[in-house]
Amino acid sequence: MIAESGLLSTIEDKLYRVQYRHANESHIRVDQEICRGCHIERICLSICPAKVYSLEEGSGKILVNFENCLECGTCWIACTEGAIDWRNPQGGFGVRFQHG
Amino acid sequence: MAEEAKYDAIVVGAGPSGIAAALTMAQAGLTVAVLERGEEPGTKNVYGGILFANVLAELVPGFLEEAPLERHIVTRRFSLLSEEAEMAFEFRCERYNQAPFNYAFTVSRARFDRWFASKAEEAGAELFTGVVVDDFVWSDGKVVGIKARGERPGEYDELYADVVICAEGANSLLARKAGLWKNPQPEHRATAVKEVIALPREVLEDRFHLQGDEGVAIEYFGAATKGMVGSGFLYTNGQTLSIGVGVSIAELHRRRPIPNPNELLEGLKSHPAVRPLIRGGETVEYMSHMIPEAGFRHLPQLVTDGLILVGDAAGLVNTSLFHEGTNLAMASGRAAGEAVIEAKEKGDFSRQALSSYLGRLRSSFVFRDLRRYQNAVRYLMDHPQLLREYPGVFADLLARYFEVSGRPKEEVRSELMAEIRRRIGLLKLLRAAWGLQRHVI
Ligand SMILES: Cc1cc2nc3c(=O)[nH]c(=O)nc-3n(C[C@H](O)[C@H](O)[C@H](O)COP(=O)(O)OP(=O)(O)OC[C@H]3O[C@@H](n4cnc5c(N)ncnc54)[C@H](O)[C@@H]3O)c2cc1C
Ligand code: SF4
Ligand code: SF4
Repeated sequence: MIAESGLLSTIEDKLYRVQYRHANESHIRVDQEICRGCHIERICLSICPAKVYSLEEGSGKILVNFENCLECGTCWIACTEGAIDWRNPQGGFGVRFQHG
Repeated sequence: MAEEAKYDAIVVGAGPSGIAAALTMAQAGLTVAVLERGEEPGTKNVYGGILFANVLAELVPGFLEEAPLERHIVTRRFSLLSEEAEMAFEFRCERYNQAPFNYAFTVSRARFDRWFASKAEEAGAELFTGVVVDDFVWSDGKVVGIKARGERPGEYDELYADVVICAEGANSLLARKAGLWKNPQPEHRATAVKEVIALPREVLEDRFHLQGDEGVAIEYFGAATKGMVGSGFLYTNGQTLSIGVGVSIAELHRRRPIPNPNELLEGLKSHPAVRPLIRGGETVEYMSHMIPEAGFRHLPQLVTDGLILVGDAAGLVNTSLFHEGTNLAMASGRAAGEAVIEAKEKGDFSRQALSSYLGRLRSSFVFRDLRRYQNAVRYLMDHPQLLREYPGVFADLLARYFEVSGRPKEEVRSELMAEIRRRIGLLKLLRAAWGLQRHVI
């Protein structure tokens, strides 16, 4: 389907079209303690348009794949539990939009 | 960046609001530093796609020749989608085809913001890119500068100024840090995703009936957001189109299962009314950003001693049918710049002195429009049937109204009227129409 039309549908495929300058350090931290008792259906897992958050099998820990972050800020507003500590990536690093 | 340097003003963020402020102040001879976290202005910025240039025209009179404009909008289309149908209102006007083109242009933010920033630099503002501002410097309860993040953890460069203008955009961490944006709520922000799709220029122009640099702007409602408060959009650029969806974060919170914004975008892309418009295109970029939609009554405090909030950081977006943000951003940036110029003349940068900013906003279209549409989002949230049920009902009724059946039209008509009464209720329908015109359009 991709080869046929060039229109992408999955987040994974779309993220390949996004340019980044990767920082070494994560600009996002989650408080696993709070996440363990999450009362809001782990909204971070579903709401992030870049699928930055995932669940570690077994441990149930929230994993943060910060390299994919599009820097929209949605996650920390959506997580009303206050588990997400979101900062701007280091200056000049992170996502680099070509169109915007 | 010299650590001892002191400027008249520091602007945090090189988006439309920050640059408008910097340009205004630099033109008046003030020393201005603009700090931008992106490698270049625009690399972090996302919007739907229409630059509303009425304020820009005053700030940079030659913008029509100089700015990297893609197309001017001659056709505006408002489209209500049900799962299977489209009901649309379209307006095309030849007047919009002549300079100044109704001040509505598609532009790419990556290109536009860089160009706009260069105008402020030409006027004398100093632009520092790749700099993240993490905090303010306070003295006696006044903001007297900023802390820029250094190379190593915990290291900061301080930079001082009489006034700091915070133009950080919708995700303003500093406004929150300063205590001006208290308790951010999902109700107060929408989240949006967008894709840029490349299509050969001729295909684009044929498909959308465009000649030369003409462009079209389409807003989608109803099934475009699966009935949630928000909308979809499709705008034509030179050789690409922008398609996206924005919804209130509060709405996503309430849905089960909680949808991913990309799912909503894919839903719009595959709608029978939209799919043919993007067919054969190639996805070239995917992006996401928040939109402030708190509304007039929930704006943050916009001024404190030595500090002014402008643009999206101040929540200044018209979230009604008009979706204007760029022009409000520039108007507020200019108003802040003028307030600082006046404050400098008096040598007083207190909250009270800087509050002339609020007076300027109040007498301009910025506050007048925000006040006029202050209930738009709330109204739609309180009347979920408008975007969720009614589009399907109307589409169904219209489908039957136009159905070629051999039955007398009169019979069909009275049957459908009876059905409107049953499925919606005439009074309810009238009230909804009244509410929409009062709050949203
Ligand atoms: C999906 C979407 C569609 C939209 N569609 C339209 C439209 O079609 N037309 C329209 O007029 N408006 C639209 N808007 C609104 C419009 O984009 C905004 O109102 C406008 O961009 C606000 O300008 P701003 O300068 O206040 O903020 P921004 O443009 O967000 O700029 C903020 C700048 O500050 C920088 N920054 C942030 N924090 C820091 C920091 N701590 N240190 C250093 N730099 C920092 C950022 O990198 C950025 O460059 C849309 C918005 C979205 C999200
Ligand atoms: S980050 Fe927030 S939403 Fe996600 S699991 Fe933790 S508490 Fe829940
Ligand atoms: S800022 Fe946006 S893209 Fe980044 S992790 Fe949060 S929700 Fe995902």
